[in-house]
Amino acid sequence: MLVLGLVFLYVPIASMIVFSFNNSRLVTVWDAAHSPTLKWYKALIGNEQILGAAWLSIRIALISASAAVVLGTLAGMALARFGPFRGRLLLAGMTTAPIVMPEVITGLSLLLLFVAMGQLIGWPRGVGALTITLAHITFCMAYVTVVVQSRLAGFDESLEEAAMDLGARPLTVFGRITLPLILPAIASGWLLAFTLSWDDLVITQFVAGPGSSTLPMVIFSKVRFGVTPDVNALATIMVLIVATGIAFSTVWMRYRERRRERDLQLAAAANL
Amino acid sequence: MPRLTQSTGRRLIAGIPTLWLLLLFLIPFLIVFRISLSEVRLAIPPYTPLIAWHHGKPSLELHGSAYSFLFTDSLYVSSYLYSLKVAAVSTLCCLLIGYPMAYAIAHARPATRTVLLMLIVLPFWTSFLLRVYAWIGLLKNNGVINNVLLYLGVIHQPLALLQTDFAVYIGIVYSYLPFMILPLYTNLEKHDPTLLEAAADLGARPLRAFLAITLPQSLAGILAGSLLVFIPAVGEYVIPTLLGRTDQLMIGRVLSDEFFENRDWPVASAVAILALLLLVVPIMLFQRLERRELESGA
Repeated sequence: MLVLGLVFLYVPIASMIVFSFNNSRLVTVWDAAHSPTLKWYKALIGNEQILGAAWLSIRIALISASAAVVLGTLAGMALARFGPFRGRLLLAGMTTAPIVMPEVITGLSLLLLFVAMGQLIGWPRGVGALTITLAHITFCMAYVTVVVQSRLAGFDESLEEAAMDLGARPLTVFGRITLPLILPAIASGWLLAFTLSWDDLVITQFVAGPGSSTLPMVIFSKVRFGVTPDVNALATIMVLIVATGIAFSTVWMRYRERRRERDLQLAAAANL
Repeated sequence: MPRLTQSTGRRLIAGIPTLWLLLLFLIPFLIVFRISLSEVRLAIPPYTPLIAWHHGKPSLELHGSAYSFLFTDSLYVSSYLYSLKVAAVSTLCCLLIGYPMAYAIAHARPATRTVLLMLIVLPFWTSFLLRVYAWIGLLKNNGVINNVLLYLGVIHQPLALLQTDFAVYIGIVYSYLPFMILPLYTNLEKHDPTLLEAAADLGARPLRAFLAITLPQSLAGILAGSLLVFIPAVGEYVIPTLLGRTDQLMIGRVLSDEFFENRDWPVASAVAILALLLLVVPIMLFQRLERRELESGA
């Protein structure tokens, strides 16, 4: 079952990779005489529309992920460390709801907000990269909050309390104790937020304007009316980047874990 | 003095994200609700204002016409029912496929477990849109699946797979499977193996032990995974648009078409509000589960 499930998960991705080297325009019919070919990759590099959209998507994802990490970390700390406070239930509810909320509803409501704000206070003026970024920050921060909160919940407060008892100021405690503890969660939260922002289509479509087409929007308008081979090439490149990224981070994390264990053993040996 | 700064700091830490979410998550729903109670008109913005002035006196203008319209046209009711059906069937399929997978991962050796988990999560990091798109190439009339079956002689005519309910189920199960597996795995991994051993010692067959011990203990995981699949699936837009039928739309597509094609903001808003009403119980259930999970320090 596990093997079948994994096959199910990977066959579509594998088929995209294989057919990205296919010569035929018919995409799924393998043209053995002229394949493999790199012509779809060449077509991709020459496609200004796709490159421009990818650049816009990267910029939006960088800003959204960074802002979402700041807001999400604050929310995660408040929820995990402050005990009961006024508005806690409200904050907790507003950080878990966006995760399951159907995207069409979130997208519609955000657009209507931006329109209403534009009328009321004259800002934001129209929709575009700015409104996309604001929308992305909002749904990304929910995920960061959950990641940071669950990391903090895994550690008890005694470390922070000990530092406080020794006279450390709240900011020092945060910088020396809390931040290093949650740094892995912040890093994975940032990556998660970046991926979600980079990948989002539905919410973006609502809050985007003319001239602010992100990469998913361009891909969607291409594939909506059938299969296009250069999209296969694009998919292959993206899979390759993600796979190398994940492989590197896994190796790096293993290395860190091993080093930490060795340090612990050395420390234990020194104490003997 | 330190007390004071500490409490101001705390207020800021909790206050900033709360304020952001109030403004960009909660208030937008109030605006959607308010627009669902207006009427469409040819203007910018394309709906009637909340307060109208008659002879210098303000009066509150609330209309129910968008809602009554939804119930007079059978298109809307049927697309709500269809969305619920598609989401329910897909969730069940996810559970039937995901449970054995999560179980197998939880019972693998630790080193294998990490690799398996990574394999489950990896597709999630690659574009959702492109993974759905990949299924077009597989399911088309001259697509990979039909070609293989024709070549093997299993079929003699290509099967119509694309633009069917089947294609939508495949698309949703495929995209949401990791969301089912991960909460199930987190749950199953915490189970105490000695309970199963005790049951075996007492003569229980594996199936009986599974039904009496493992299954009841994993109910929270089943519920969390199912809600994570079911709720977004009801409003799914991309998968039915790319893979699904053209004669029966899901509610996400109806909402988007009302807004972008018909430019009827009040009706689009009413569609959203009714969808939220359908989902409010599952969403609150999910929040309770999530809170318990996050606060147990697991």
